Amino acid sequence: MTQRVANALSRPLPYPQPESDFYWQKCKQHELWLRWCKDCNRSYFYPRDICPECFSRNTHWVKSSGRATLHTFAVVHRAPIPALRDRAPYVVAIVELEGGARLPTSLVRVEKDPKALMALIGKKDALEVAFEDVSETISLPVFGPAQQ
Amino acid sequence: MREVAIVGANMIKFGRYPDKFVDELAAEAAVGALKDAGISAKEVQVLVSGNLRQPMTGQRITRHIGMTGVPIVNVVNNCATGSTAFRDAYLMVATGLYDVALVVGSEQLGKMGLLGGGGGDPYDRVYPTEGYAGSETMPTVFAQAGVEHMRKYGTTIEQFAKIAVKNHKHGTLNPYAQYQIETPLEMVLNARMISWPNTLYMCCPTGDGAAAAIIMPLERARRHTAMPIKVAASVLTSDPWSERDLAVDDVNTLTRKAAQEAYGQAGLGPKDLDMVELHDCFATPELLHYENLGLCADGEGGRMIDEGRTYNGGDIPVNVSGGLLSKGHPLGATGVANIVEVTWHLRGQAGPRQVQGAKVGLAHVIGVGAACTIHILTK
Ligand SMILES: [Zn+2]
Repeated sequence: MTQRVANALSRPLPYPQPESDFYWQKCKQHELWLRWCKDCNRSYFYPRDICPECFSRNTHWVKSSGRATLHTFAVVHRAPIPALRDRAPYVVAIVELEGGARLPTSLVRVEKDPKALMALIGKKDALEVAFEDVSETISLPVFGPAQQ
Repeated sequence: MREVAIVGANMIKFGRYPDKFVDELAAEAAVGALKDAGISAKEVQVLVSGNLRQPMTGQRITRHIGMTGVPIVNVVNNCATGSTAFRDAYLMVATGLYDVALVVGSEQLGKMGLLGGGGGDPYDRVYPTEGYAGSETMPTVFAQAGVEHMRKYGTTIEQFAKIAVKNHKHGTLNPYAQYQIETPLEMVLNARMISWPNTLYMCCPTGDGAAAAIIMPLERARRHTAMPIKVAASVLTSDPWSERDLAVDDVNTLTRKAAQEAYGQAGLGPKDLDMVELHDCFATPELLHYENLGLCADGEGGRMIDEGRTYNGGDIPVNVSGGLLSKGHPLGATGVANIVEVTWHLRGQAGPRQVQGAKVGLAHVIGVGAACTIHILTK
């Protein structure tokens, strides 16, 4: 019930859990780390000990380059909660990180025009990670056009 | 496993009932289903109640229809809550545990609902790693799925909008639908944008509702009715891992898996279907589900709606009830209501919206989080 009240008034934040504590600690330091399966030789999201592809526990943390390709998006005009209303319209997206894993996120510094966003889809590593500090403990990874 | 049939089916008009409690709505649907089956509440051996947000609704229903001390199970499975309740009852009867089961799906949403997203919503905890960037809200999940189809096949926003045009047109003939208004293409496209590419009329409304069914073993059902509707397949899936299924659900993979299993169970294929009620919580997923359910080949969904093939009278009518877009989507009620709708058509009782000569129908529901049910019913 506490959560319910908090949601209505402020931006809800992620709940770090044992499996994702490290992920959020690194986000706080503005670094993006992913779990890597040594058996599949690939990274995956979200962070958990077990590889979702082969169920192996032979997994460890690796640092992501932060470069990503836009996979899909939506332009939110009607914010779901009051705390996000000032941001609308805003762009949420799924990006594919260099190294394979896909991540749900928001896009920043982009044109909020669907046509421009459709054109950005699939452009290899055209995006790079940035971090939005939203609380003392939480920084959210967001993506914008790569600088170089 | 015994063969199972639907003997009673009923629903109330979906809409807003601010002066009633949800158990009253649910009881009204249940009493109607009992009457339709021609049995008394005393004959019911088990009650399975699907309701997402109001706990212990099953027990509260019996305060209205008669407390007989039978086992009552309350089921929660997000938007697939009602259809999962139906499947649970189906399994209890099919395995021989009980001979007469009452299934009731109900929900009172008020003004919360799919756009709500936050505020104690059960979806809150589905995507803990993302924070609240927005992608975990329902309009966005289904908008992103639509954009995936656009990038892959060149599908247009007009094609998605045509789904909303069709379902609202269908809804005008359904007295149980929350809305009976036509929404021409221009009206859909020019409506307020909710989450691109879905405009207001491409999102289902929130509301209240209830639906109920009585099921029995086929042998016994034949003694009660001349028109038992056979449950030829009952399938429930969760999300199998796919690259798309990261922390946001993929609405496609679990539907494809369910469809494959359901066709196998029924010994039927998509070509055998006369009608489909599928989960059009937004316009975008309906087009995707044409392909997921095998109604057309991959990439052909856009053409299918362009050619009007899923209109009533077309070669495979989809959502002749008006679908969730027009009929409404009271979460726990939806899955049972879809089954009631198909049942009515197979019995030839659907009035002006009747799919002529319907013998085989499919009901599909998705609960993000994720659960997918498919039921195939036959005459
Ligand atoms: Zn692996």
